[in-house]
Formats: sequence, structure tokens, C-alpha cells
Amino acid sequence: MAGVQVSNLSRSFGAHKALDDVSIDFADGGFYALLGPSGSGKTTLLRQIAGFDFPDSGRIAIGGESVERVPVEKRRIGMVFQNYALFPNMSVGDNVAFGLSVRGEAKATIANEVQRALDLVQLGKLGGRRPHQLSGGQRQRVALARAIVTKPRVLLLDEPLGALDKALRVDMQIELKRIQREIGITTIFVTHDQEEALTMSDRIGILRDGRLVQEGPPEEIYDRPKSEFAATFLGDANIFRGETTGTGIRLPDGTAIAAGAGAALAAGAKASCAVRPERIRIATDSGTSDPNANMLRGQVSKRIFAGNNSTYFVDRGGQTLKVIVQNTGIERLAEGQKVVLRWSPESTVLIAGS
Amino acid sequence: MATTRILEWCGRLYIWLLLAFLYLPVIIMALMSFNVSPFYQLPFEWTTEWYALLWQNDQLISATWNSIEIAIITTIISTVLGSAASLALYRYEFRGKKVLQALLFPPIAIPWLITGTAMLIFFFGVGIGRGLFAILLGHVALALPYVIVVVSARLQTFAPELEEAARSLGANQWQVTSRVTLPWIMPGVIAGGLFAFAVSFDQFVVSYFLSTPGQTTLPVEIYAAIRKGFTPEINAVSTIIIVVSMALMLLTARFFKFGGEK
Repeated sequence: MAGVQVSNLSRSFGAHKALDDVSIDFADGGFYALLGPSGSGKTTLLRQIAGFDFPDSGRIAIGGESVERVPVEKRRIGMVFQNYALFPNMSVGDNVAFGLSVRGEAKATIANEVQRALDLVQLGKLGGRRPHQLSGGQRQRVALARAIVTKPRVLLLDEPLGALDKALRVDMQIELKRIQREIGITTIFVTHDQEEALTMSDRIGILRDGRLVQEGPPEEIYDRPKSEFAATFLGDANIFRGETTGTGIRLPDGTAIAAGAGAALAAGAKASCAVRPERIRIATDSGTSDPNANMLRGQVSKRIFAGNNSTYFVDRGGQTLKVIVQNTGIERLAEGQKVVLRWSPESTVLIAGS
Repeated sequence: MATTRILEWCGRLYIWLLLAFLYLPVIIMALMSFNVSPFYQLPFEWTTEWYALLWQNDQLISATWNSIEIAIITTIISTVLGSAASLALYRYEFRGKKVLQALLFPPIAIPWLITGTAMLIFFFGVGIGRGLFAILLGHVALALPYVIVVVSARLQTFAPELEEAARSLGANQWQVTSRVTLPWIMPGVIAGGLFAFAVSFDQFVVSYFLSTPGQTTLPVEIYAAIRKGFTPEINAVSTIIIVVSMALMLLTARFFKFGGEK
């Protein structure tokens, strides 16, 4: 096992900068998600760490050892591919044995290790099957067993759950996490599914256009996004744009919004505030609550009922805000209803304007 | 009901007509190789006399062995070279690759008569001349494009992640090729090899240009024999070859499902 350090990594394909000066420290034993839209460079970064492609500049170290010019077969990594890439001409057992067999391990050792790996992914009895006789979830487990049986220093997963249906995906998320904890391997996981990134990883790196936008624990990125992109890509956010007042922003119509967190900005600069939809309380009267709370008036334009919660779209002079309310009772607001929105400054993040 | 029956009946008739079209001449020739009359006269009287005569015809037998030897060597050389070329074209990007790929296929369309003439002139110019070695070179050149086309078609169905997966597990280039890529393309390699064998074994035009009286192949020898005067030994040798090559084809088809998943 080993940590992975990526420093100032750049890689271009022609005029396209697939990776632009990316630095990330993947801690030993951690579960790390690389999240981004397609074309953000997350897969390019994974392939660089794997060794399928070499960087134009920058450094990659696995366990402190520089590997950026070492080809994949000498890097001692384990990789799980999006479509599993099981060898169709081999049985499940031979697939898992492949990595040990090309290293010239003794037959008895191979048989033992293969059985242990198959037991770990709960496929102990299916060693004799062919890949095409397995379900999607089982193929996924075989791919995982094959990747970890060689005791790699780091496990790389390229959208491994993308081909599974939703229910199976949730099962596999839990399973993957269990196996990762059990063997304590440093894991780097590429996904475009924000929920998967939030629920599975210790840390998340968000990439966009080949650059690392933000990096940190899921709670930190969710609660303290540093850019509008990070705020809207990981979870949902209402964005207000205006000028900073030092403690918040003033909207073009003069309304002040207080922010309790985020960047320290000089008064007068362009800036935005981000608020999560579930942090906003919605009511029909102005009432008398916290005088420090941010307050806006608007009108419900649409309501989407989703069982345990409802999403309200509230119009406020040219801007539509999204509010998510847990359905703790049966009272509901009708479309067209005039409402008051309130949320605390602590739930408001100040972001430097772009 | 009635119409479906008629359609079914038509379908069966069609298949039988097709088979008759393909096999009737061959079957008649095979029967005549066992007929006493050398002039295809009926009634049919059984004999193995022509096979006995064939056994004493040294020229025909030596030409048959030449053909078999050349076909086997051609198959081996062009299958190995062609598969390696297909793999290289599949894996690597290099300058002039598109041109090279485009130039590989016209030789299939060039009439063998023209290729044969060109080879004769060229081999004379460079000092190789005529004979079995010249014939072998010519056959390999004719068979190579077929092998490359067939193996490349099979490679198109190969998932490149399989090679990447093998490499990520520590396999070197040789292990990747021999344990992952080759097993996948093997049906294509076998099919390509069969094509190469057929191109060489059936080859008349190019062999005719490149053979000398002592060093010749079976099709050229049969042609020469027919010009001297037809004998039923030709029927006999043709029948033997048909039986052997059909058995070979059926065996291959039995063990390798071309194109499909194994």
C-alpha cells in the first residue's frame, strides 16, 4: 500500500489541454473520488496514474517513488475498467489468476490467492464459470478480485458502477467500500455521479477543463464550495450575483444578503453567494424569527412532490429560486402562493466573482 | 396454411438446386474416376484401375507433393507475417499508415494474369528466375492481403481494454499478445490461413508463369496433361484432392466458429 502524489501534472493532446497543472495528494489508505463532467480530464488523470499514458510535465509518485516514466505493467497498480474488461477466453478463476500467473507464481500459491480473492468478493463458488455466464454485478466483482489479487499499491476504478442499474449500484457501493476498508488499499475512483462521490469517498477532487477546481472531504466541498461550478456540480445551489459588502453581497436591486462563510473579499468587488435549496425555510407570513436571517419575498411558481420531500420553485423578480422542504406534515403550499424565504447567514457561502 | 407449405417447399427446392449447382459436376467427375470407360461412356462399370495408374504416374505425383508443400509453406509464412502485420496496423500509429493500409488491398483486385506476368519479369530481372522457390514467393505475395483482411476484420471486434487490463496486471507485451489478443483473433487467423492455403493450392495462373518443366505444381501439371490428351487419372487425382480438402474444411469449421463468440 502506498499514497500517491501528483504534482504539477500537465498533458496536452494537440491543442487540447487535457490536464493543466494538476496537483493532488492521495493519502495512503484513503478512498478518493475524482468528479467532473465528461471532458474534465478525470479519466486522463487516472490513466496517467495507471501509466497508460505519460505526462508532458509534472511528477507522479507512488509510495514516494517517481513513476511518471514507468510503464503500466511495472507500476504494480490494480485497475477496474468501466466495462470490466474480463478476458472472454478464460474462466473466472483464470481471469483472477492472470496477474499472478504472468509474474510466474507457483501454481499452489495462485490457487490459494485466487480462492481468497473470490471469497472476498463473495464469488467463491463461481471460479469455473465463463465471464459471459455472469450477471453485471458478478462481472464487476470478478474485475475487482482480479485487480486486488496481486496486492497492488493502489486501486484505480474508472466509473466501475456506471453500467449497473440503480439498485445494484447502491449494493455495489456498499460492497466496494467494505472491501476497500478490509484490505486498506489506497483507492482512486473516477465518476461523474455526484451522489456516488459523496457517499463513498473520504475526499473528493472536482475537475473541470483539465484543472483541479476544488479538493477536500465531501462535507467541506458541499458546505464551503469555492466556486459557482463546485457549488452547482456537487449538489444543487441557488446562486445570487452582486457586489460584496464585506459581510455578504448587495444584489442589483439593493437587497442585502449576509454570508457567514467563504472568501474574504474587498468591498465593491463582484461576487456571488450560494445557498443549498434544503437550507432555505419557506413560510406564508413574515413572522418574527431570527432578525439576522436573510429574507426574500416571492411567489411559488411550481411545486414538485417527491414523496418524502417537495421542491418549490419560487419566483422573485426575474430569478427563480429552488427550495426543498421535507414533508414532515401534510400542509402544502399551492402554486401562486406569496411566500417568505428565510435562511441563516451560516448557510450562505461567499464566492469570488469570475 | 397451404401457402406456408408451398413456401417451405420452394425453400427446400432452392437449397437442393443450389447444392446441385455446386456439387453435380464434382460428383460426376468423382463417379467417372471409378468408371471403366475412359470416355465417360455408360453403363457404369466399377474399377480402381485409374487410381492404380495414377500411382505409377511419377510426374503427377511429384507435382501433387510440390503443390501440397508449397501450399503448406505459403500458409505458414503468410499467416504469421499477415497476422503480425494486422496486429501492428491495429496497435500502432505511424507515418504513412493510411497509405500502407490502402495499398494492401488492390493486389486482390489485380488480375492474376497481370500479377503473374509482372512477377515473371521481375524475378527474371533480379535473378530469382523460375522454379519452385519463385512459385512459393509468388504465392506468399498473393495470399498475404487475404490474411491481413480477414485477421484485421476479426481485430475490429477486439476490445482494446482487454490489452490494457492485461498490462495493468503486469503482463509484458509478449504475454499480452499470446494470452489475450491471439486467443481472441485465432478464428480469424485460422480463416486467414485457410484462405492462404486455398489461394496457393488452387493457384494456376501465377504458377504457370513461374514453373519450369521439372518444377511445377498440380494445377499446371493437370493442364499440361489435358493438352496432351485427357486420361481418367486426372479424375482420380482430382477426386482425392476434393475429398481431402473437403475433410479439412469440415474439420476446421467443426473446431472453429468463424466470426462468432467462442
